[in-house]
Amino acid sequence: MSDHEDDRETLRAEALESLLREKGLLDPAAVDAIVRFYEQDVGPMNGAKVVARAWVDPAYRRRLLDDGTRAIAELGFGGPQSEHLVVLENTPAVHNVVVCTLCSCYPWPVLGLPPSWYKDPAYRSRVVRETRAVLAEMGLTLEEGVEIRVWDSSAEVRYLVLPERPAGSEGLGEEALATPVTRDAMIGVARAKGAV
Amino acid sequence: MTVDLSGPAAPPRRNGELVFAAPWESRVFGITLALQEAGLFGWDEFRERLIAAIAAQERGNAGWSYYACWAGALEALLAARGICSVAELDVRAERLAMRAPGHDHRR
Repeated sequence: MSDHEDDRETLRAEALESLLREKGLLDPAAVDAIVRFYEQDVGPMNGAKVVARAWVDPAYRRRLLDDGTRAIAELGFGGPQSEHLVVLENTPAVHNVVVCTLCSCYPWPVLGLPPSWYKDPAYRSRVVRETRAVLAEMGLTLEEGVEIRVWDSSAEVRYLVLPERPAGSEGLGEEALATPVTRDAMIGVARAKGAV
Repeated sequence: MTVDLSGPAAPPRRNGELVFAAPWESRVFGITLALQEAGLFGWDEFRERLIAAIAAQERGNAGWSYYACWAGALEALLAARGICSVAELDVRAERLAMRAPGHDHRR
Protein backbone atom coordinates (compact mmCIF):
# COMPACT_ATOMS: atom_id res chain seq x y z
CA MET A 1 0.00 0.00 0.00
CA SER A 2 1.41 3.41 -0.95
CA ASP A 3 1.97 6.18 1.57
CA HIS A 4 -0.76 8.13 -0.15
CA GLU A 5 -3.30 5.37 0.29
CA ASP A 6 -2.12 4.85 3.84
CA ASP A 7 -2.72 8.56 4.57
CA ARG A 8 -6.15 8.37 2.99
CA GLU A 9 -7.14 5.34 5.08
CA THR A 10 -5.75 6.99 8.21
CA LEU A 11 -7.91 10.05 7.64
CA ARG A 12 -11.02 8.04 6.86
CA ALA A 13 -10.59 5.87 9.94
CA GLU A 14 -10.17 8.98 12.08
CA ALA A 15 -13.16 10.64 10.41
CA LEU A 16 -15.33 7.59 10.95
CA GLU A 17 -14.32 7.27 14.58
CA SER A 18 -15.00 10.94 15.33
CA LEU A 19 -18.40 10.89 13.59
CA LEU A 20 -19.52 7.76 15.40
CA ARG A 21 -18.35 9.20 18.70
CA GLU A 22 -20.36 12.37 18.11
CA LYS A 23 -23.40 10.31 17.25
CA GLY A 24 -23.02 8.58 20.59
CA LEU A 25 -22.56 5.20 18.92
CA LEU A 26 -18.96 4.55 19.76
CA ASP A 27 -16.78 4.80 22.83
CA PRO A 28 -13.14 5.21 21.76
CA ALA A 29 -12.05 3.53 24.99
CA ALA A 30 -13.95 0.42 23.90
CA VAL A 31 -12.06 0.47 20.61
CA ASP A 32 -8.77 0.81 22.49
CA ALA A 33 -9.66 -2.15 24.70
CA ILE A 34 -10.61 -4.36 21.74
CA VAL A 35 -7.41 -3.53 19.87
CA ARG A 36 -5.30 -4.13 22.97
CA PHE A 37 -7.00 -7.47 23.54
CA TYR A 38 -6.33 -8.73 20.01
CA GLU A 39 -2.80 -7.37 19.97
CA GLN A 40 -1.71 -8.62 23.36
CA ASP A 41 -4.02 -11.09 25.03
CA VAL A 42 -5.12 -13.51 22.39
CA GLY A 43 -3.02 -15.51 19.99
CA PRO A 44 -1.65 -18.89 19.01
CA MET A 45 -0.39 -19.47 22.54
CA ASN A 46 -4.01 -20.24 23.42
CA GLY A 47 -4.34 -22.85 20.71
CA ALA A 48 -0.97 -24.31 21.69
CA LYS A 49 -2.31 -24.96 25.19
CA VAL A 50 -5.28 -26.78 23.71
CA VAL A 51 -3.01 -28.93 21.54
CA ALA A 52 -0.63 -29.74 24.40
CA ARG A 53 -3.52 -30.78 26.62
CA ALA A 54 -4.86 -33.03 23.88
CA TRP A 55 -1.44 -34.65 23.51
CA VAL A 56 -1.12 -35.55 27.20
CA ASP A 57 -4.75 -36.27 28.05
CA PRO A 58 -6.50 -38.84 25.82
CA ALA A 59 -9.91 -38.17 27.41
CA TYR A 60 -9.53 -34.45 26.65
CA ARG A 61 -8.45 -35.27 23.11
CA ARG A 62 -11.65 -37.24 22.57
CA ARG A 63 -13.78 -34.42 23.93
CA LEU A 64 -11.91 -31.95 21.75
CA LEU A 65 -12.53 -33.93 18.58
CA ASP A 66 -16.17 -34.52 19.56
CA ASP A 67 -17.05 -30.93 20.37
CA GLY A 68 -14.24 -28.45 19.82
CA THR A 69 -16.09 -25.39 21.09
CA ARG A 70 -17.00 -27.02 24.38
CA ALA A 71 -13.59 -28.63 25.02
CA ILE A 72 -11.78 -25.40 24.22
CA ALA A 73 -14.10 -23.55 26.60
CA GLU A 74 -12.86 -25.91 29.35
CA LEU A 75 -9.51 -24.15 29.07
CA GLY A 76 -11.17 -20.75 29.26
CA PHE A 77 -11.09 -19.82 25.58
CA GLY A 78 -14.11 -18.81 23.54
CA GLY A 79 -16.12 -15.90 22.27
CA PRO A 80 -16.42 -14.24 18.87
CA GLN A 81 -15.48 -16.34 15.85
CA SER A 82 -15.47 -19.63 17.75
CA GLU A 83 -19.15 -20.39 18.20
CA HIS A 84 -18.72 -23.57 16.18
CA LEU A 85 -15.12 -24.72 16.35
CA VAL A 86 -14.17 -28.01 14.77
CA VAL A 87 -10.82 -29.63 15.59
CA LEU A 88 -9.17 -31.64 12.81
CA GLU A 89 -6.70 -34.32 13.82
CA ASN A 90 -3.58 -34.86 11.74
CA THR A 91 -2.32 -38.43 11.60
CA PRO A 92 0.48 -40.15 9.67
CA ALA A 93 -2.11 -40.90 6.96
CA VAL A 94 -4.20 -37.71 6.90
CA HIS A 95 -3.09 -34.09 6.85
CA ASN A 96 -5.59 -31.26 7.31
CA VAL A 97 -5.11 -27.70 6.13
CA VAL A 98 -7.44 -24.74 6.65
CA VAL A 99 -8.34 -21.83 4.42
CA CYS A 100 -11.11 -19.27 4.06
CA THR A 101 -11.60 -18.95 0.32
CA LEU A 102 -14.06 -16.04 0.50
CA CYS A 103 -12.53 -13.81 3.14
CA SER A 104 -10.64 -14.45 6.35
CA CYS A 105 -12.70 -16.56 8.76
CA TYR A 106 -10.38 -17.82 11.46
CA PRO A 107 -10.69 -19.08 15.05
CA TRP A 108 -9.69 -15.88 16.84
CA PRO A 109 -9.89 -17.09 20.46
CA VAL A 110 -7.33 -19.83 19.88
CA LEU A 111 -5.14 -18.36 17.13
CA GLY A 112 -5.60 -14.60 17.39
CA LEU A 113 -6.00 -12.67 14.16
CA PRO A 114 -4.92 -14.32 10.91
CA PRO A 115 -1.51 -13.66 9.36
CA SER A 116 -1.43 -11.66 6.15
CA TRP A 117 -0.68 -14.67 3.92
CA TYR A 118 -3.88 -16.35 5.16
CA LYS A 119 -5.87 -13.36 3.87
CA ASP A 120 -3.91 -13.12 0.64
CA PRO A 121 -5.74 -13.95 -2.62
CA ALA A 122 -2.90 -16.25 -3.66
CA TYR A 123 -3.17 -18.54 -0.65
CA ARG A 124 -6.96 -18.46 -0.63
CA SER A 125 -7.28 -19.59 -4.22
CA ARG A 126 -4.19 -21.72 -4.70
CA VAL A 127 -4.26 -23.88 -1.58
CA VAL A 128 -7.47 -25.45 -2.82
CA ARG A 129 -6.31 -26.14 -6.38
CA GLU A 130 -2.65 -27.02 -5.84
CA THR A 131 -2.44 -27.90 -2.20
CA ARG A 132 0.78 -29.89 -2.28
CA ALA A 133 2.64 -27.24 -4.21
CA VAL A 134 1.53 -24.45 -1.88
CA LEU A 135 2.45 -26.47 1.21
CA ALA A 136 5.86 -27.28 -0.28
CA GLU A 137 6.44 -23.58 -0.98
CA MET A 138 5.65 -22.92 2.66
CA GLY A 139 8.20 -25.51 3.71
CA LEU A 140 5.97 -28.51 4.30
CA THR A 141 6.59 -31.50 2.06
CA LEU A 142 4.17 -34.35 2.53
CA GLU A 143 4.76 -37.88 1.33
CA GLU A 144 2.81 -39.04 -1.70
CA GLY A 145 0.68 -41.45 0.29
CA VAL A 146 -0.61 -38.86 2.73
CA GLU A 147 -4.20 -37.82 2.10
CA ILE A 148 -4.61 -34.05 2.27
CA ARG A 149 -7.93 -32.55 3.27
CA VAL A 150 -8.54 -28.84 2.69
CA TRP A 151 -11.20 -27.26 4.88
CA ASP A 152 -12.90 -24.04 3.83
CA SER A 153 -13.91 -21.95 6.83
CA SER A 154 -17.33 -20.39 6.75
CA ALA A 155 -19.50 -18.04 8.70
CA GLU A 156 -20.64 -20.97 10.81
CA VAL A 157 -17.60 -23.21 11.19
CA ARG A 158 -14.04 -22.41 12.20
CA TYR A 159 -11.27 -25.01 12.21
CA LEU A 160 -8.24 -25.74 14.35
CA VAL A 161 -5.75 -28.37 13.28
CA LEU A 162 -4.47 -30.74 15.97
CA PRO A 163 -0.95 -31.44 14.70
CA GLU A 164 0.84 -34.72 15.24
CA ARG A 165 2.85 -34.85 18.42
CA PRO A 166 6.55 -34.58 17.51
CA ALA A 167 8.64 -37.73 17.88
CA GLY A 168 10.95 -37.57 20.85
CA SER A 169 8.58 -35.45 22.93
CA GLU A 170 7.64 -38.31 25.27
CA GLY A 171 7.91 -37.37 28.90
CA LEU A 172 7.62 -33.64 28.28
CA GLY A 173 5.09 -31.75 30.36
CA GLU A 174 2.23 -29.73 28.93
CA GLU A 175 4.04 -26.44 29.11
CA ALA A 176 7.13 -27.70 27.28
CA LEU A 177 4.89 -29.37 24.71
CA ALA A 178 2.99 -26.17 23.97
CA THR A 179 6.14 -24.22 23.13
CA PRO A 180 6.82 -25.69 19.66
CA VAL A 181 3.16 -25.69 18.60
CA THR A 182 3.14 -22.83 16.13
CA ARG A 183 0.28 -20.95 14.57
CA ASP A 184 1.22 -22.42 11.20
CA ALA A 185 1.03 -25.97 12.59
CA MET A 186 -2.51 -25.25 13.82
CA ILE A 187 -3.56 -23.96 10.37
CA GLY A 188 -1.99 -27.04 8.82
CA VAL A 189 0.77 -25.46 6.77
CA ALA A 190 3.55 -26.75 9.04
CA ARG A 191 4.29 -29.54 11.48
CA ALA A 192 4.70 -29.05 15.19
CA LYS A 193 8.41 -28.61 15.69
CA GLY A 194 10.47 -31.36 17.29
CA ALA A 195 10.97 -31.39 21.04
CA VAL A 196 12.89 -28.41 22.33
CA MET B 1 11.67 6.50 15.37
CA THR B 2 13.25 3.27 16.44
CA VAL B 3 11.18 0.39 17.63
CA ASP B 4 12.39 -2.20 20.09
CA LEU B 5 11.50 -5.35 18.24
CA SER B 6 12.42 -7.92 20.83
CA GLY B 7 12.27 -6.53 24.37
CA PRO B 8 9.32 -6.56 26.74
CA ALA B 9 7.92 -3.43 25.07
CA ALA B 10 8.17 -4.98 21.62
CA PRO B 11 5.20 -4.45 19.34
CA PRO B 12 2.70 -7.27 19.26
CA ARG B 13 3.59 -9.96 16.84
CA ARG B 14 2.41 -13.40 16.00
CA ASN B 15 5.15 -15.76 14.96
CA GLY B 16 7.22 -12.85 13.76
CA GLU B 17 4.41 -10.86 12.17
CA LEU B 18 2.77 -7.73 13.49
CA VAL B 19 -0.96 -8.10 14.02
CA PHE B 20 -1.67 -4.78 12.32
CA ALA B 21 0.58 -3.18 9.73
CA ALA B 22 -0.61 0.38 10.42
CA PRO B 23 -2.55 2.12 13.20
CA TRP B 24 -5.58 2.78 10.95
CA GLU B 25 -5.94 -0.97 10.43
CA SER B 26 -6.29 -1.55 14.14
CA ARG B 27 -8.76 1.34 14.43
CA VAL B 28 -11.12 0.09 11.72
CA PHE B 29 -10.89 -3.39 13.19
CA GLY B 30 -11.66 -2.12 16.70
CA ILE B 31 -14.46 0.18 15.52
CA THR B 32 -16.11 -2.71 13.67
CA LEU B 33 -16.02 -5.03 16.65
CA ALA B 34 -17.19 -2.33 19.04
CA LEU B 35 -20.20 -1.49 16.85
CA GLN B 36 -21.04 -5.15 16.39
CA GLU B 37 -20.76 -5.82 20.13
CA ALA B 38 -23.05 -2.83 20.70
CA GLY B 39 -25.60 -4.51 18.44
CA LEU B 40 -25.55 -2.00 15.57
CA PHE B 41 -25.19 -4.85 13.10
CA GLY B 42 -24.62 -8.57 13.06
CA TRP B 43 -21.29 -10.15 12.24
CA ASP B 44 -22.73 -11.97 9.23
CA GLU B 45 -23.94 -8.69 7.74
CA PHE B 46 -20.42 -7.34 7.98
CA ARG B 47 -18.89 -10.53 6.66
CA GLU B 48 -21.09 -10.42 3.55
CA ARG B 49 -19.86 -6.90 2.83
CA LEU B 50 -16.27 -7.93 3.46
CA ILE B 51 -16.54 -10.85 1.03
CA ALA B 52 -18.00 -8.51 -1.59
CA ALA B 53 -15.25 -5.92 -1.03
CA ILE B 54 -12.52 -8.56 -1.30
CA ALA B 55 -14.03 -9.98 -4.48
CA ALA B 56 -14.28 -6.48 -5.99
CA GLN B 57 -10.68 -5.68 -5.14
CA GLU B 58 -9.49 -8.95 -6.62
CA ARG B 59 -11.30 -8.12 -9.86
CA GLY B 60 -9.74 -4.68 -10.02
CA ASN B 61 -6.22 -3.55 -10.78
CA ALA B 62 -5.47 -1.80 -7.54
CA GLY B 63 -2.99 -3.33 -5.14
CA TRP B 64 -4.15 -5.83 -2.57
CA SER B 65 -4.94 -4.45 0.88
CA TYR B 66 -7.01 -6.59 3.17
CA TYR B 67 -7.81 -3.81 5.61
CA ALA B 68 -8.74 -1.42 2.81
CA CYS B 69 -11.40 -4.01 1.93
CA TRP B 70 -12.37 -4.17 5.57
CA ALA B 71 -12.69 -0.36 5.81
CA GLY B 72 -14.68 -0.24 2.58
CA ALA B 73 -17.02 -2.97 3.83
CA LEU B 74 -17.61 -1.11 7.08
CA GLU B 75 -18.29 2.19 5.27
CA ALA B 76 -20.74 0.48 2.93
CA LEU B 77 -22.56 -1.26 5.75
CA LEU B 78 -22.86 1.89 7.87
CA ALA B 79 -24.13 3.83 4.84
CA ALA B 80 -26.67 1.12 3.95
CA ARG B 81 -27.93 1.09 7.51
CA GLY B 82 -28.23 4.88 7.58
CA ILE B 83 -25.75 5.11 10.44
CA CYS B 84 -23.17 7.21 8.63
CA SER B 85 -23.30 8.26 5.00
CA VAL B 86 -20.33 8.23 2.66
CA ALA B 87 -20.83 11.95 1.99
CA GLU B 88 -20.69 12.68 5.69
CA LEU B 89 -17.49 10.72 5.95
CA ASP B 90 -15.96 12.44 2.91
CA VAL B 91 -16.65 15.86 4.39
CA ARG B 92 -15.17 14.96 7.75
CA ALA B 93 -12.08 13.34 6.23
CA GLU B 94 -11.54 16.39 4.06
CA ARG B 95 -11.82 18.67 7.07
CA LEU B 96 -9.31 16.59 8.99
CA ALA B 97 -6.94 16.72 6.03
CA MET B 98 -7.06 20.52 6.12
CA ARG B 99 -5.58 20.73 9.59
CA ALA B 100 -2.44 22.77 9.96
CA PRO B 101 0.72 20.94 8.94
CA GLY B 102 2.38 19.28 11.86
CA HIS B 103 -0.87 18.44 13.51
CA ASP B 104 -0.53 14.98 14.89
CA HIS B 105 -3.06 12.65 13.44
CA ARG B 106 -4.54 10.44 16.06
CA ARG B 107 -1.59 8.08 16.78
